[in-house]
Amino acid sequence: MSAEKLLEIKDLCIHYITEDGTVKAVDGMNLEVGKGETLGLVGETGAGKTTTALGIMNLIPAPPGKILQGEVIFEGEDLLKKKAADIRKIRGNKISMIFQDPMTALNPVMTVGEQIMEVVQLHKKVSKAEAIKHTQDMLELVGIPGARWVDYPHQFSGGMKQRVVIAMALACDPTLLIADEPTTALDVTIQAQVLDLMKRLKDELNTSMIMITHDLGIVAEVCDKVAIMYAGNVVEYTNKENLYRTPRHPYTVGLFNSIPSPDSDEDRLKPIEGLMPDPTNLPSGCPFHPRCPNATEKCARVIPTPIEVTPGHFVKCLEYAPGGLH
Amino acid sequence: MSSANLSKQAVALPTAPMKKRSPWVAAWKSLRRNKAAMIGLFVIVLLIITAIFAEQIAPFGYDDQNLVNRLQPPSAEHIFGTDNFGRDIFSRIVYGSRVSLQVGFIAVGIGAIAGGALGAIAGFYGRHADNIIMRIMDILLAIPGILLAISIVASLGPGLTNVMIAVGIGAIPGYARIVRASVLIVRDQEFVEAARSVGTSDFRIVMKHIIPNSLAPIIVQATLGVAGAILSAAGLSFIGLGIQPPAPEWGAMLSEGRQFLRDNPHVTTFPGLAIMVVIFALNLFGDGLRDALDPRLKQ
Repeated sequence: MSAEKLLEIKDLCIHYITEDGTVKAVDGMNLEVGKGETLGLVGETGAGKTTTALGIMNLIPAPPGKILQGEVIFEGEDLLKKKAADIRKIRGNKISMIFQDPMTALNPVMTVGEQIMEVVQLHKKVSKAEAIKHTQDMLELVGIPGARWVDYPHQFSGGMKQRVVIAMALACDPTLLIADEPTTALDVTIQAQVLDLMKRLKDELNTSMIMITHDLGIVAEVCDKVAIMYAGNVVEYTNKENLYRTPRHPYTVGLFNSIPSPDSDEDRLKPIEGLMPDPTNLPSGCPFHPRCPNATEKCARVIPTPIEVTPGHFVKCLEYAPGGLH
Repeated sequence: MSSANLSKQAVALPTAPMKKRSPWVAAWKSLRRNKAAMIGLFVIVLLIITAIFAEQIAPFGYDDQNLVNRLQPPSAEHIFGTDNFGRDIFSRIVYGSRVSLQVGFIAVGIGAIAGGALGAIAGFYGRHADNIIMRIMDILLAIPGILLAISIVASLGPGLTNVMIAVGIGAIPGYARIVRASVLIVRDQEFVEAARSVGTSDFRIVMKHIIPNSLAPIIVQATLGVAGAILSAAGLSFIGLGIQPPAPEWGAMLSEGRQFLRDNPHVTTFPGLAIMVVIFALNLFGDGLRDALDPRLKQ
């Protein structure tokens, strides 16, 4: 992958250890994000997308969460080995996060301006007046009149609140922006506006982005690279063109098939058969094999490893492994 | 450039007319519509004024004895009558408001601050801190409140300060539980996670995000708690463990007057009425405050 590496995740394993069993939320993950690149992280609910994001920020709630192994190398340093005080200097400053639900991501008793200013004052040595000025500029940047910095979150609509959250995330010009389903809580027209805004800001500020979503349409619109996650595993990892032209993993193929086509007159959706497995009790072998149309007896025995089918196109499926499915 | 110059610039920045309508302002507006709560607030303000200007309001000193005029019924000179030492009951009630207010607010202050801090620690850090703190609170709760206060005063000795400490300690578990419960709710909200994700420290998260969001139930409990504290202090004085004579205290006045109850009921009636009116006003205000701060009751 072409661009200079900004973030590299190596062999990351995050487990949630509870009384009911151990949840392998992220299992052996390897990803890279280059400068200015957008990586899409796609998967069903519970596939480990948000856990990955929190893992990068070193914000996994512990207990029950535990990072078993792996490295998160950001600008040449392993974030997982950093001290709490050092990582706080990175959070919000170099890496920041946009949360899923703008209704709950803002503190209801603080004005939006105070909340954006908090980020600025934490990370930049600026006077109060400069912080206020910067806050107003940030609001203008996301299309909200700067004078509204004295308003409280309940005085904004959902789409505007999400803009405030974006302004907050961008307040310190982060080099990496993690957007955790930033449009899920918004209606479709506002979704389009927010996505356009994020795309524009990303290009203007040359920010790298990890876009967590379960909407392949959003991926097509904003992402350069895509990682498809299933039950804590990255099952397919490639650039956008490869993914849409030649999806390889049966799960990815199933996802594309489940999108209703406007051309053919279909009565029923074509979902992937079955349900996500119980995360505390994953199937043996390939976690997808009980739902996989191509599964063989070998899939239940052997855990697949990522195979580079074409340069830069990794698939975690035995079909592409030496020896094949049988 | 000095920071003073910069802050002047901040004021000069072009901002829209400040329409700060915080949740607190909204609560005050809804409180103002509540007549009962406003009556309560009026009585409380009246009481505070009385306590501050007791010397000007009271026609006599609280310990001016006039043994010729013992146990006089209410008259133009002594509007609430006189007690068994010929002291003016109205003046004693006026001076007694100081004691009641002090006990009420300081005891609640001790309880709310200590209990609030303990509850916030228990709720925010969870696990062992939570277990240790809340089990100690459970032990305190297992002892009847008045018994706890009696034993504390008995060991520290009677007097205004010790009464406030005793009543305050008795109130700690209640506040700890309330604060812990609301901190538990607020702690898991996304904006706390968001604050963490921008690099805010734990201390700042507790002070700026969690406490302001869990303040409403504490304020209500504290307002109602002032009434309870005044009542407890009066109770302690009634059984002789509180404020010592000749200092005027409403509970102690009740206690002294009870031997004259049959022939001179006014000696006990007026201090009793004073306690009743103040407690009633505090409860009205506290109820109104609870309604005003409860988002589910918004019109």
